[in-house]
Amino acid sequence: MAEFENPTDLVAAAQRVYSLGYRRINGYSPYPIEELSEAIGFTKTSLPLIVFIGGLIGGLSGFFMQYWIEVIDYPINVGGKPTNSWPAFIPITFEMTVLFAAFSAVLGMLILNKLPQPYHPVFNLPNFALATRDRFFLAIEANDAKFNHAEVVDLLKSLNAVAVNDVEV
Amino acid sequence: MSDEAQKPYTEGPMHSTAPVIDPGLTFASVTDKISSIVLKRKTSLAWFFGFAISFALFQLMLLAITNLVFVGIGLWGVNVPVAWGIDILNFVWWIGIGHAGTLISAILLLLRQRWRTSINRFAEAMTLFAVAQAGMYPIFHLGRPWLMYWLFPYPNTMGIWPQFRSPLMWDVFAVSTYATVSAMFWFVGLIPDFATLRDRARSKPFQILYGMLAMGWRGSARHWHRYEMAYLLLAGLATPLVLSVHTIVSFDFAVGIIPGWHATIFPPYFVAGAIYAGFAMVLLLTIPLRRFYGLEGFITMRHMHNMAKVMLATGLIVGYGYTMEAFFGWYSGNKYERFMIWNRMHGPYHLYYWALILCNIITPQFLWSKRIRSNLLALWIISFIVSIGMWLERFVIVVTSLHRDYLPSSWGMYQPTQWDWAMFIGTIGFFFTLLFLFIRFLPMISIFEMRTILPEAEVEE
Repeated sequence: MAEFENPTDLVAAAQRVYSLGYRRINGYSPYPIEELSEAIGFTKTSLPLIVFIGGLIGGLSGFFMQYWIEVIDYPINVGGKPTNSWPAFIPITFEMTVLFAAFSAVLGMLILNKLPQPYHPVFNLPNFALATRDRFFLAIEANDAKFNHAEVVDLLKSLNAVAVNDVEV
Repeated sequence: MSDEAQKPYTEGPMHSTAPVIDPGLTFASVTDKISSIVLKRKTSLAWFFGFAISFALFQLMLLAITNLVFVGIGLWGVNVPVAWGIDILNFVWWIGIGHAGTLISAILLLLRQRWRTSINRFAEAMTLFAVAQAGMYPIFHLGRPWLMYWLFPYPNTMGIWPQFRSPLMWDVFAVSTYATVSAMFWFVGLIPDFATLRDRARSKPFQILYGMLAMGWRGSARHWHRYEMAYLLLAGLATPLVLSVHTIVSFDFAVGIIPGWHATIFPPYFVAGAIYAGFAMVLLLTIPLRRFYGLEGFITMRHMHNMAKVMLATGLIVGYGYTMEAFFGWYSGNKYERFMIWNRMHGPYHLYYWALILCNIITPQFLWSKRIRSNLLALWIISFIVSIGMWLERFVIVVTSLHRDYLPSSWGMYQPTQWDWAMFIGTIGFFFTLLFLFIRFLPMISIFEMRTILPEAEVEE
């Protein structure tokens, strides 16, 4: 695991490591860096699809809940007006869509990120507390197909890292 | 970052192009400065003093509610014909205040207004706390609040269901969705900052507390990528949501056939009014706060100017709303509508109407002047007057419309009782209690978002 002082070095290092064929790599930064996730080859997430499906379920269940209640189960005749008064069902349909989509976004993000996760090996590195302040980290995991301890350490040292450390798993 | 951030940071009266953040700040200093307010800074006497007053008023609210539940709704001044009174007025007032927070955090995010970064956390907290106050009013106004779960569609032994064609049902869904989504948006925004606090905290209980809240956040690039996507999607969802909430609140009135309520201008005019009131409240709170905690480097004069401009613009929309209400009344040719407008201007509550015009239309005109926008005291006073004005607006809409409707035999007068006021003052106390706890225990400025707007956050090629 290499430690960097600024985002430019980290992104450059990540690009280099990725181009050398390492795939089980990850960057750690105190704020989101778009270039970093691109550099480690992580650009796709299924989150938008999850949110879309969540919203769709919310909207449909919102509408058909009202339809079933007002038309089928408990129809009330108000001056002979149609029981399927769908324009009056739109506000709740909309609110249910937003509610379900928002839950999908939050829970989807947490589940895909495998959070909450109380323990993770990176926290064993004493300096890692600075990853939430002003330090940037790049990890190459030992289970990477190309992993060779001496090579990786040399590589990371050559990439402007201020420190290279092993992290116990 | 634009070149504006590179300009030297100055805080003088005439710098409307002041930077959005003090350019002398770094990742380390931003982190330390904001987190030290929570972790290191000694809790000041002023905090305890403010908290004590708010907490005392909060007890007044509990007293008012307990009394109300034991004695009944007759404790309040509401009765036919004015069955809504200041209780529903306060509901609309509080929820309107909340809207600025969502506007700042969601709409300005989508519009890429990066100056929002330093005020969004605080404004979202304000939203959440204001919605909590708002939610109590309709529940206790039910008369039998312990049966409030009847509002929700659940299968029951009575075999009945709520009436979904009623705007009051729409309101239940809109407000509960709004409260839930605002809370989630706020919490998601806080996760990386909880991690920052976890890593900075020096005492074990706080490390554990913030550690649990951070849920093991470690700033992984993969996490950030999904996080940013979730945040953006939430902003995209919250934007139509916030507009829908006040639209539905206005439907509570506009769908009714009471003269003065039944108007198509209500939804846009309510939404603009909500943003107007909300920005007034944000200014009212940030001006003293930024002074007290020395946050001038984060919340600069640029923010003050921008917020004042939003207030001026929405104030003008609200002014247009009042003009159109009067015009509709006259142009409809309907004698009830005409009487309603005449009664507002000359009837028993005419003082409220003219005070409203003074507070909400005339006062904000001072904001055209750059000198006044740069004077924080003047800005604070204007915000205060606008907050009162927005309260008066709802009084005029709720009370003067109801107290004189179609049949003179059903006319009446409305007077709030001491318990109405106790409840209102009490909710102000509860609001500030929550706010004081928030600024003491949570970072009131989003630390990770502040890092992204620093010049050193740029990745160079």
